[in-house]
Amino acid sequence: MSTSSDVDRLIEGPAATAGRGRLLARRSLAAGETWVFGAFIILVVVFTALSPGKFLTSTTFNLTAQTTAPFLVMAIGETFVILTAGIDLSVGFALVLAGVVADKFYVSNGGPNAGVGTIWLGALLGLAAGAAFGGLQGVAVAKLKIPPLIATLMGLGVAEGLSYLITGGADLPSVPNKLVSSLGQGSFAGVPWVIIISFLATLIFGLILAFTRFGRYTYAIGSNPEAAERVGVNVDRHLIKVYALAGLLSGLAGIMNLAYYSSTTISDHPLDNLTVITAVVIGGASLFGGRGTMLGTFIGVFIPELLAAGLNIKGVNQYWQYIVTGLVLGAAVYLDQVRRRLRERG
Amino acid sequence: MPDSAIPLLEASGLVKHYGSVLALDGASFTAYPGEVVALIGDNGAGKSTLVKILSGAGRPDKGQILVEGKPINMTSPLDARGYGIETVYQDLALAPDLDAAANLHLGRELYWFRPLHILNKPAMRKRAVEAFADLGVNLKDVTAPVITLSGGQRQSVAVARAVAYASKIIFMDEPTAALGVVQRKRVLENIRRVRDRGIAVVLISHNMPEVLSVADRVEVLRLGRRVARFQASEATVEQLVGAMTGALTTEDAEEAGETTK
Repeated sequence: MSTSSDVDRLIEGPAATAGRGRLLARRSLAAGETWVFGAFIILVVVFTALSPGKFLTSTTFNLTAQTTAPFLVMAIGETFVILTAGIDLSVGFALVLAGVVADKFYVSNGGPNAGVGTIWLGALLGLAAGAAFGGLQGVAVAKLKIPPLIATLMGLGVAEGLSYLITGGADLPSVPNKLVSSLGQGSFAGVPWVIIISFLATLIFGLILAFTRFGRYTYAIGSNPEAAERVGVNVDRHLIKVYALAGLLSGLAGIMNLAYYSSTTISDHPLDNLTVITAVVIGGASLFGGRGTMLGTFIGVFIPELLAAGLNIKGVNQYWQYIVTGLVLGAAVYLDQVRRRLRERG
Repeated sequence: MPDSAIPLLEASGLVKHYGSVLALDGASFTAYPGEVVALIGDNGAGKSTLVKILSGAGRPDKGQILVEGKPINMTSPLDARGYGIETVYQDLALAPDLDAAANLHLGRELYWFRPLHILNKPAMRKRAVEAFADLGVNLKDVTAPVITLSGGQRQSVAVARAVAYASKIIFMDEPTAALGVVQRKRVLENIRRVRDRGIAVVLISHNMPEVLSVADRVEVLRLGRRVARFQASEATVEQLVGAMTGALTTEDAEEAGETTK
């Protein structure tokens, strides 16, 4: 024992004598959420100071959280995908596909007057379409070894084409009134349903990511797929599940979107993938896989939205928002590099 | 080690083709309980192929593998694990973003609530701390991502993982190749500790002085066959090199079934 601790001292050098506090400080600086949470607080403080009494209101919060809800739900799935060192470009298109599939069912089953049972069935069909679509992309990635960027670019095209083929090129009418008034515009205890569902989904999948084998294998595969394979993880099957999950969550976002806007909004989502990926990266997930948390993604989704809301209240031309979001994405990736250097010991 | 004891692992007549390349040409290998046996050979002698087959990562075209005298059939590293055989790969096969406790249990997680696969992290941490203490490795923090550890510490994590599950044999593929002098010393200490627990350690190495200092026995592979066996205490570096290069042959070569070139 004494020899081995001598060896330790030799190996670790002065670092071994550094205080535990410094270790903790270093660890939290290296953690993704610390940065993003700091940025979040600064944003809130700055905009609150710039527009006292306007920015930090429950109306701003509700509006922001409602329009952000589908993005948050898609970002949950995207987090899992990015953690495996993959990327899913198809998210906004899977959203549209799921909405279209559900609404096509509604159109031929009562339209605006569809009953509760029909609404549930249509929603399940939409979710199933999203999951199946994502699963097929997973097969392309895991079994055909097509790089995720290309597999989901391919999927994006397929989803868009299918959506237009099903609808004939224009948004479908007749979203069921009951769907719009409940999920879309309704609320529970004063909180809109879309917010409740998106927050609940974040919580559930955050717990799955942090505390279950599914989450652990996701990190392991993103970190070192060969190592995972050698210890008996079925990497291919897990990847298919992860992409199917991303598709399923895009499907859920699609149903929420359908209910909230009372339309299939076919042409409104070409840049959703950019928004969602930006959110996940701002949230501290590494594009190289293996690193990131659901809490980070949760905060990351709201940073661009807060920026937009704040700039809007200040009366700044809204197109600045795209520029600022782009710059924030760049900063987030740069910080990822800094963190990487902090973690690797010299 | 006494030749009269039943070998823990005995492979004989292993043949393996990769396309037109004959990687193993009737190779044999033997390991006894509680010994460190070094497997040496020049590049292309078939060491990696042999280790792959013996650790379940590859299947021989021909030949027989006995574990404690009973023939076995392995199709994956998981099968090998079932026989108490673990491998420390040269690249360590760790997930750098996961901590030491997670890596130690990767693929063999402990559950707090099994039906939902909810992990029991405290139990895994506790077992990791015990595993490192068992090995005499002083790892300050089993919750630090492996990437933040030094090369020697990472190696210890991989060894501790193998030791925690290996009941019979551990293969170590070039465990010291990427390490500095001090870490190298640590690894050799690890190897001796593992042997002292009654586990056979198969050391694949290029470093002759290192082989002679840590191994009890040495088996030499050349052109896909075992060509010599030595007691490390009686062997010299010159003899090992002679056997590796073909200047010295003590067995097998003339009796092997297939012919080379």
